[in-house]
Amino acid sequence: MSDIAERVKKIVIEHLGVDAEKVTENASFIDDLGADSLDTVELVMAFEEEFGCEIPDDAAETILTVGDATRFLEKNAAQA
Amino acid sequence: MFDLTGRYALVTGATGGIGGAIARAFHAQGATVALSGTRAEVLEQLAAELGERAHVVPANLKDEAAVDALPGAAESAMGGLDILVHNAGVTRDNLFLRMKDEEWSEVLAVNLSAGFRLYRAALKGMMKRRYGRLIGVTSLVGVTGNPGQGNYAASKAGLIGMSKSLAAEVASRNITVNCVAPGFIESPMTEALNEKQREGGISRIPAGRFGQGDEVAAAAVYLASSEAAYVTGQTLHVNGGMAMI
Repeated sequence: MSDIAERVKKIVIEHLGVDAEKVTENASFIDDLGADSLDTVELVMAFEEEFGCEIPDDAAETILTVGDATRFLEKNAAQA
Repeated sequence: MFDLTGRYALVTGATGGIGGAIARAFHAQGATVALSGTRAEVLEQLAAELGERAHVVPANLKDEAAVDALPGAAESAMGGLDILVHNAGVTRDNLFLRMKDEEWSEVLAVNLSAGFRLYRAALKGMMKRRYGRLIGVTSLVGVTGNPGQGNYAASKAGLIGMSKSLAAEVASRNITVNCVAPGFIESPMTEALNEKQREGGISRIPAGRFGQGDEVAAAAVYLASSEAAYVTGQTLHVNGGMAMI
């Protein structure tokens, strides 16, 4: 697992208070991890803080799973 | 009860009668206050009178960029932001048929849209800290309507509806969103009334008098306190019994 994936996983576990084994790549924040829509906004804010980047609203809307977040942030880091 | 020690509060329209009273009351309860308004010298005077724990953050609420930046500026000045009171309000009264587009849009911009922008900007930090108190100073006429105030009543009714929606969104984050609705209060806004309007007003108030700014401020102190944690999406009417709703 990449460093970015590890950090994403840690944020998700902390923020949603879920067990680590549930936080798989394909886990959907809302359907699998019990997040509500406000939680997803807060997760994006937490990612922005952790990775020092800005996630535009249209990109944020496409981040539905743990893997979506990791891929977006990896791509973002590669462009930086 | 209602101790605000260690809390940081931004008050817009602090140059006005009600806003100044709210800032004074918060400060007296121990809060650090950031005073906003357009007239910097009036804010400086109030800050000097309050002494420690008072900061001045002037802003023109007709300027969207200035509104967006205000909560951040207040937070930087004070070191935190727990309480935001959107109290600033303007009137441009006119009969509906004669109302100019500018009269409509200016009142909506300051009274309502600035509130939306301020709340949006303040929310991020409040959500992270899991604590916040957003208080809108609306008006009785936002609930009852008033001839000649189609714009003002719309803006104040809008503030109530906006607050209720936001209250439902962020209640789980320990952030409350409420309104205080003054009736006739002694303030620069009601000083503009003529004697006949004044008497007409008083005849409709069971308490038989206009209210004082500090009587509105006391309601804001309550809503800002930790004790009011379970009160959200509400409008607290302070009107001497003029309307019991």
